[in-house]
This record gives sequence, structure tokens and C-alpha cells, in this order.
Amino acid sequence: MNAHQAVTQGEPVVVDRAGKPKLPGTDVMVRFAGVTKTYPHRRGKPGVEALCDVDLEIGRGAITGIIGRSGAGKSSLVRLINGLEKPSGGRVVVDGREISRLTGADLRLAQRSIGMIFQHFNLLSSRTAAQNIALPLEIAGWSRTDIARRVGQLLALVDIADKRDRYPSELSGGQKQRVGIARALATRPDVLLSDEATSALDPQTTRSILDLLSTINRELGVTIVLITHEMSVVRQLARDVVVIDAGRIVERGEVADIFTAPKHPTTQAFLGEVLGEAVPLSLANRLQPAPVAGGQAVLRVAVRGAVAADTVVARLSRALDADVALLAARIDEIGGRHVGSLIVGVPAARAEQALAQLAQSRIEGEHLGYVA
Amino acid sequence: MSRDLINLIVEATWQSLYMVSLSALLGTFLGAPLGIFLATSRKGELFAAPFANLILGTIVNATRSTPFIILVVAIIPFTRLVAGTSIGSSAAIVPLTVAATPFIARLVEAAIREIDGGLVETAASFGATPLQIVIKVLIPEALPGLVLALTLAVVSLLGYSAMVGAVGGGGLGDLGIRYGYQRFMPEMMLAVVVVLIALVQAVQTLGDHLARRLNRRLRHR
Repeated sequence: MNAHQAVTQGEPVVVDRAGKPKLPGTDVMVRFAGVTKTYPHRRGKPGVEALCDVDLEIGRGAITGIIGRSGAGKSSLVRLINGLEKPSGGRVVVDGREISRLTGADLRLAQRSIGMIFQHFNLLSSRTAAQNIALPLEIAGWSRTDIARRVGQLLALVDIADKRDRYPSELSGGQKQRVGIARALATRPDVLLSDEATSALDPQTTRSILDLLSTINRELGVTIVLITHEMSVVRQLARDVVVIDAGRIVERGEVADIFTAPKHPTTQAFLGEVLGEAVPLSLANRLQPAPVAGGQAVLRVAVRGAVAADTVVARLSRALDADVALLAARIDEIGGRHVGSLIVGVPAARAEQALAQLAQSRIEGEHLGYVA
Repeated sequence: MSRDLINLIVEATWQSLYMVSLSALLGTFLGAPLGIFLATSRKGELFAAPFANLILGTIVNATRSTPFIILVVAIIPFTRLVAGTSIGSSAAIVPLTVAATPFIARLVEAAIREIDGGLVETAASFGATPLQIVIKVLIPEALPGLVLALTLAVVSLLGYSAMVGAVGGGGLGDLGIRYGYQRFMPEMMLAVVVVLIALVQAVQTLGDHLARRLNRRLRHR
């Protein structure tokens, strides 16, 4: 069954914007075609369908975020890309090679052009930073002198040259991930897979690691696939985003497009995490379903990209010829566009008029209730 | 204590060290690869061979559950085949090795299993062969645990070696039984026990020290 049939059969809604033209000069680095991954049942545990009929294209040289809750199928996705697992159905093609069909030495050779970094770094405790970075080169059979030269370059690239002879137990989380990144890049891969690479790090360290990944993408042209459950990571780094839920792709496109107008509930939930609760608790507690004499109607005004958040209150006030109270606001910038919501209060009797006015300006508004 | 008795103790100590060190060496030579195989041959692992794993695991268990003194007697024909005789310290090395091999295999298996599966997967994602994963990841990472396992094996072999007196293997245990017990010489028994305690202490201290030096996992500055 392909994606087209899934939609016509009224299965889960797939909001697919891949139909729009790709940016010039980009082509596909990773392609999933009708990929299904099921794990057979084992010792009483029922079988699991981790991925269901996934079609996906990841652009060469881009940073693509794959976001989903735990158990959504992210790990299966990444393990299919680097050939650690085989799909139950469909094809996975990386850089023109069908990795889902390779085995043995061919597979191992292909894996050298796919680097990977991990949430828990996965460094060998018995090796120093430099020796950890050297591991994939030893595996690939490089000569000792070539390894020494390459490790030196990589240590400088990730800015930990002074830590070369330290063991992982002597390094901070951020330094360990830098070693992990250097190791992943050792064999000059075309693709770098990041599996929740910043989930174990504090916000400041996360920032510096994301900056490093961004530099690597820009300067080395490495295609980066970010697997994460954190919206903030995707927002900071990725150009494209793929939202997966229960083993299916539910939404995809450019970050700015998807998160300024999220359609699927999962996407909306992720956006909510970044923006936080729109209505402050103290206000929510005071909301009443019926108008209060001399009180206000409370409206939520969605701010989505095109809306100029700074003028919406003034324009509404002018249109109603009444004061508009700004009760709460939460606005963030995603992909260079404003996203968020304003909570405003208008005279109770004018609520309908205000909503009509917003609708006329193509702004999404919602009547939340009344306050005294 | 007379000079003769002291000479007896010295001789017996050498016999014990000879039997234990050689059987530990041979036991490691045979047991370590077996242990690595047992640790990596279950379903879905590096050298997946569930049937071979089951068979070898059963043989290991059978050997481990046979009391050592019975093992010594039971394999006398095999001992004679290998060593040419079934009497003496050299012959005693055969049953000691037979007992040490499955013991060391299980210890090695446990040490290897301690290693985080994520590291194996990491190496696999770089395109490492199963053999490369064993040599470059599993063994180096398990080394502190392997050293402790070997220490435990040597200490146990010292205990086993006390029983090979039954087949004329000699050694400290045999001396303690024959002189200390059968000839009512408590001072001889005491001397034997003191030497054994000192040996065990020395082996354990050396092993602990080495394992600590090798362990980079918990080293903090």
C-alpha cells in the first residue's frame, strides 16, 4: 500500500507538502520508499509495527530534523539509514546506494560514509579522546601516520585539541559529544546521523554543540539528519522537518512553514512545548462562560508568520473604536517568522465584532470566555 | 621446625605454584575464547549461533557442577592420554585445566556481558566486522573485569590444587593432609595454611591493583 492509497482510504491524515518545488541545487541524499519495519513478537511481547509505509526524501547538504515522541519510530528510522537494521518492506537508498539490500563487506564499506553521534556519546572508556576518534579509522584500515594526521585535524575541528590524551571519564558531557562528533566525521562521511545527541546536555552546552553541527554542515557540506524529541533543537538548526507519530510521517516541509501553520495535533503539541501555555494560569482560573457586567471578553489571537504581531492590537482597537487590553502574549521566532499567540481583552459586548474583524483580516481568533 | 620440614614446605609451594600457574594459563587460553563465544553467540548477537551456544553452555555447566575430586578421578584415562601418566604434578595439571576452563569461560562471559551494547552498535555503525568489535571494543573495555575474573580463577585453582594430592599431585594441600592431619603435626598444618593465605593475599592484591590501573571508567581528577 502506498501513501496515496493511505490517504484515499481515509487513514491517518498525511499533510504532505513535498509536492512543492525543491530548492535549486539540492538533490536527494537519503530516500525511503514505502518502508515498513515490524519487529516480531518475542517472549510474550506482541509484535510492533515501528514504521508503516514511510516515504521520505532528505536533501543533500541540508539539515533535516526528524521529530517525534519516544516510540514514534525515530530510532528505527535512523537504524535503517545506517544499515544496522533491514526494513521489513520497501527500500532505503543512501547516496544512490540501496543500503537496505547491502550485506557483509559492501554494507560495511557503505557504513563508513555514514557517521553517527549518540545521546550517551558511546565512547570507549578504555581509550583517550584521540584514540576514540581513531577507532573508525583503525576499523577502516588506515595507516598509523594517516590516522595521526587525521585525528589531529579532527581534534582541531571540534576544538578540543587540548583534551586529546584525556579519557572520557575526565571529560564533560559537551566535550564527550565533541569527541563523538569528531569520531563520526573521521572517515569523511557524506551523512551525519544525530540520535538525540543533545538530549543529555544542558541548554548552554546544547547550544554550542548545535552551533558546531551547523558549522560542520556549512563548511564540510555534510548532510545532517537530526533525530530528536526536542522542538527547540529542530528550530535552532534544521531547515526541513519531518514529524512522525506512531510510525507514520504526519507532516513535513520546511521548518518555517510547518511550525507557522501546524496541521497535525502532534505538530501542534510540539509547537506548544516551545511556546508554552498561551493562557496564564491566573487568567485561566478567572475565565467565565457568561459575560460579566462591565467586564471583558477574552480572545486568543493567533500570530502566524504573515501577521504583524506588533500592529494587530492597534488595528483591532481602531476597528472596534474601543480599548483593547493585552492580557498575555507569547511570541517566538521560528525560521525567521513570528509564531505565537496574543491574549486580548475587548469590551464584553464587542466580542463577536472583534472576531469578525479578525476573520476579515485572515487572522485566526478564538473566544475563550469572559472576565470581570 | 626442622630444616627437612621447611624444605618440604618450600618444595610443596613450588609444586602448587607450578600446577596453578600452568593450569591457569592453559585454562585462560581455552576458557577466554569460549567465554567470548558464549557471550556473543546468543540469538541476534555478533556471532549468533544459538544452537552451539546451547550445547557449549550445557557442557560448561556439566563440568562446573561435577565436584572437582570426582572430576580428577573420572578423567584419569584422559589424563593418561594427554600427560602420559596419571600421577604427579604435571599430570595434575590436566584435571586442573579441565576444571579451570569452564570456570574461566563463565567469568569471561560475565565480564564481556557487562559491556554496554551501545558500544557494540556504535562500532557496527562504523562498519566494524564482528571480529574487530571483539578485539577493539569488547576485550579492551572488559579488561579490568577480565583481570579480576582471572584473579578469582587463580585463587580458586589454589583451592582445587589442594585436592590433587589424591592422585599424587603433591603441593601444599597434599602436604597439609599427609603431615598435618595424618601424622598429627599441627605446626605443619598451620605452616601450610599460612603459606596459602599469603599466596592468596598476594594474588588478590596484584589482581586488584592491576584492575584498578586498567580501569578508566571511574577515574576522576
